[in-house]
Amino acid sequence: MNNLRSIRKDWDLIESLIKDNSRILDIGCGEGDLIQQLEKNLTAKVHGIEKSGELALKGIAKGLNVTHGDAEKDLLQYSNHSFDYVILSQTLQAMIEPKKILKELLRIGSKAIVSFPNFGHWKIRLQLLFNGKMPITEGLPYSWYDTPNIHFFTLKDFQNLCSEMNIVIENSIGLTNTGKQFSINGSLLPANIITNEAIFLLSYRDFEPIKLKSTNKIFNKNSAIVN
Amino acid sequence: MSNIELINDKNLDCSFAIFKDANLTLASGSILKNFKLAYKTFGSLNKNKSNAILVCHALTGDQYVSGHNPITGKDGWWSRMVGPNKPIDTNRFFVICSNVLGGCAGSTGPKETKENEQNIYGRDFPSVTIKDMVSAQVKLLDALKIPQLFSVVGGSMGAMQALQWSIDFPNRVQSIIHIAGALKHSAQNIAFHEVGRQAIMNDPNWHKGNYTENNAIPERGLSVARMIAHITYLSEDAMHRKFGRKLQSRDIISFGFDADFQIESYLRYQGRSFVERFDANSYLYLTRAMDYFDHSESYRKTLEFVNNQKNNIKYLVISFTSDWLFPTKENKEIVEILNSLSRNVSFLEIDTDKGHDSFLLDEPELDYVIKGFFNSNYGKINEQS
Repeated sequence: MNNLRSIRKDWDLIESLIKDNSRILDIGCGEGDLIQQLEKNLTAKVHGIEKSGELALKGIAKGLNVTHGDAEKDLLQYSNHSFDYVILSQTLQAMIEPKKILKELLRIGSKAIVSFPNFGHWKIRLQLLFNGKMPITEGLPYSWYDTPNIHFFTLKDFQNLCSEMNIVIENSIGLTNTGKQFSINGSLLPANIITNEAIFLLSYRDFEPIKLKSTNKIFNKNSAIVN
Repeated sequence: MSNIELINDKNLDCSFAIFKDANLTLASGSILKNFKLAYKTFGSLNKNKSNAILVCHALTGDQYVSGHNPITGKDGWWSRMVGPNKPIDTNRFFVICSNVLGGCAGSTGPKETKENEQNIYGRDFPSVTIKDMVSAQVKLLDALKIPQLFSVVGGSMGAMQALQWSIDFPNRVQSIIHIAGALKHSAQNIAFHEVGRQAIMNDPNWHKGNYTENNAIPERGLSVARMIAHITYLSEDAMHRKFGRKLQSRDIISFGFDADFQIESYLRYQGRSFVERFDANSYLYLTRAMDYFDHSESYRKTLEFVNNQKNNIKYLVISFTSDWLFPTKENKEIVEILNSLSRNVSFLEIDTDKGHDSFLLDEPELDYVIKGFFNSNYGKINEQS
């Protein structure tokens, strides 16, 4: 059977980051097209959460496991590491508490795949610099007063947050505004300027417990510093 | 092995499964030695016996899920959902619907005659539970030689049965659609049922349940019970939209206690017509069965156990925004447990002002999701096998 081809470039990239036969949760799954693609191409066991009833309905009617609900409230119901991958595609910037969500992704999933629009892209920088108005681009097409995106951040901001949260960036892929794909780490040009959309594969580092000399703080497996 | 007889009744336009020496042990400990279920089937069972769907009816429903109901003279209670080319398409699926144990449309219940006697059961009928209804349905499935159902679907008390199926017979059902139900019957719901039962039992014509022997019918009590229950099936918005404060057949208020308002007239009509088709004792027994339904403590443990047996039931839970009898929150409790155990579950809350009764009414989203869920999953399951 032919593989399903996605209508979105980032979906094929997401698929390339996932191993076959995985358990996958897609947060903000819409009509379920991405998880349907992953179910078919990777024989994955897929679930989705979708806030819009209209979209959830269509996903369920395709025979997919879709829970109609608000991820910011409903992620609690999933057990620790009950999925191999949790996907958050183009949604982090619309979350009320992005940091908390990021933590939840890696509680529920062994790995998380996060994609987001980069507010550090040169077009956006130039718009703000020369127009003095909130930028409007193809990737971020909303006016400031009606945008669902309430937390703007750049590639660098995200990398810093991961580092602060002890999250390992296993892989990071950038897409330019012309859809050209490149490795963020291996980029010759400054990635934070040319990346239009970024896709990250994240996990927690498997720390061996290390006792620090000066304090009683311990690096624990799968978590940050605990007392 | 009990002795089973399947017969067709032309007058009642339905079939009967008569179980002799079945010795059905009920949750209360009582044993029904013989019993019968009235049922109807639609469409045809395929060669693999893989296309059977059991539809479970709600409190006052019956086996006439589709087509003509000879008792009421109207269309079946879910005719808009079940039939050829309907969302539950009988061109594709074999649909079975049976009147519940304790009901009054032909299955063994308080208005039926006792074994080897002339008298009817009346108050001597043993207490039945949702579990007992499902135990009886399984015997029917055995008699029809259907090893596994593609799906069990039901709303309200029907949802309770669907859930009970997934708990008691997980290997005999591939999917369930649970509409507007809950893990337990809430205190508020028990309260409304109790008011209804008190109305019946306080009617002088009830005669402690022996009204048939006394040639009486507790009409007033049963109709008041129906009136209060009917209020709980609607929503404030829907009632306001439909009736508002409109007056019935008059221009000015009467300064009396006639049905001045349309809503009063409507409820009185609902009460009156209910009495013509429903048995008062059966109403007592079935409301009680719903009251006793409670899996709130045991469901997670039961599922964990079932999970160990590599059970792969596909669940769909549906609620309605304006349903205050079985609100979204209570439906979602089931979903939360299933999701925490990584089970195959979908959940949809449908935005409507039609209240609990939405599942019986014109809700295009409900039609769409049921049709899609059945067709796509039937394809998936058959691909795998």
